[in-house]
Amino acid sequence: MRRVVITGAGTVNALGGDVAETWAAMAEGRCGIGPLDIRDVDRLSVKIGAQVRGYDETAHFNRQQIALYDRFTQFALLAAEQAVSQAGITFSGELAQRSGVVMGTSGGGLQTQDDNYRAVYEEGKNRVHPFVVPKLMNNAAASHISMQYNLQGPSFTVATACASSNHAMGQAFQMIRSGLADVMLTGGSESMLCFGGVKAWEGLRVMSRDACRPFSANRNGMVQGEGAGMFVFEEYERAKARGAEILAEVAGFAMSSDAADIVMPSKKGAARAIAGALRDARLDPSEIGYVNAHGTGTAANDKTECAAVADVFGHHANDLMISSTKSMHGHLIGGTGAVELLACIMALRDGVIAPTINYEEPDPECALDVVPNEAREAKVGVVLSNAFAFGGLNAVLALSAI
Amino acid sequence: MMADTVHDKVVQILAEQAMLEPGDVTMDQSLEDLGIDSLGLVESIFAIEEEFDIQVPFNANEPDKSDFDISSVAAIIGAVQGLVTAQKG
Repeated sequence: MRRVVITGAGTVNALGGDVAETWAAMAEGRCGIGPLDIRDVDRLSVKIGAQVRGYDETAHFNRQQIALYDRFTQFALLAAEQAVSQAGITFSGELAQRSGVVMGTSGGGLQTQDDNYRAVYEEGKNRVHPFVVPKLMNNAAASHISMQYNLQGPSFTVATACASSNHAMGQAFQMIRSGLADVMLTGGSESMLCFGGVKAWEGLRVMSRDACRPFSANRNGMVQGEGAGMFVFEEYERAKARGAEILAEVAGFAMSSDAADIVMPSKKGAARAIAGALRDARLDPSEIGYVNAHGTGTAANDKTECAAVADVFGHHANDLMISSTKSMHGHLIGGTGAVELLACIMALRDGVIAPTINYEEPDPECALDVVPNEAREAKVGVVLSNAFAFGGLNAVLALSAI
Repeated sequence: MMADTVHDKVVQILAEQAMLEPGDVTMDQSLEDLGIDSLGLVESIFAIEEEFDIQVPFNANEPDKSDFDISSVAAIIGAVQGLVTAQKG
């Protein structure tokens, strides 16, 4: 079976405008969550989020591009540019046809929808910009990336709420492993921090109004973030032959469905995805040193996730480290797994385990080593990244050092 | 607002959520007795906010910390009455 490695990474998120800045923030335990700066924030009851601040679209894109690129597409393109630049690949000839892009997103061009619904419903306009549809569609980011880099192979977008990125990266991984493609751009992007986006989440009453405190007994909900993470996945022999710098190996992937409840997570479904990823990677549970948790900071997720981890790992659950970086970059919904994969790569490459910040009170139902508040130096060879979505759709990736 | 009105409207909302006749809802029943789960609770609170034009302080992550007592039908009616009085004068 062909092996798959990561040869490029890029990101834009509340912690930084690139990978180096994001890693530095994670290593420092810096928090990217703050007061939301969006239109009509006074009409929201949740007024915090992990926004990408100081972002000026005109510094990156021209007028014609901005007319077509929703904020989620812009983030995806910027992250892809970093990833492709690091990988040092030009897509031409046969390689172009053997390369594609699989993106994860949940809301797609939600800012565009929000702006234009406002225009027609609130402002009573009877005309909207002609590019509203190509700007808001969920596959816009994937399509623009394919055009930008001449990726002529399999390209599409998957939407599985909070697991979108992990499902996307899992598809890219399987395509290369099975021989369907040689190089894939993959990851996720989300930009849901607009009035309608936050208002919709408020309704569920699962959002915190002050901070994201995963695994802490006093946690009171999730905090939304925004941004993108993009990676270049490449067939191992190809990467080796061209002397590419390899960031990590994608060792395994598994998916499962709870088939139970539209919002409440299931321990069994989560455990099946974790165990499946280990099996797929032919790993013994004892080899896992770090798990990047889904760790939303809700009562329901965190205790279910810890129970699932305890089930799969048994005694080893007490030896591994598990942290939720959402405490710092917020929950990027469909883009979250991609930014969280950066924490996994940092653990493997630099031996730095990103912390769970805002950890204040131990919770007996989350009695694992959650790397509280401060990053830790530790050598790990294999790591997992969990994602458990609303709708009971779970996706777990295994990465190993190479 | 008259206490009877709050009583009847809350019972109506909970009965509809539980898919029961209002006459089958009793004061000592809990949400669990009525078969209303966490999602049903959030939907019921939304219906209460809409019906009475009030804000109900409730975070699903820490239901015990909320001032909004959801331990029984009677408790919910009392809590709504309190919020209506406080917020609508």
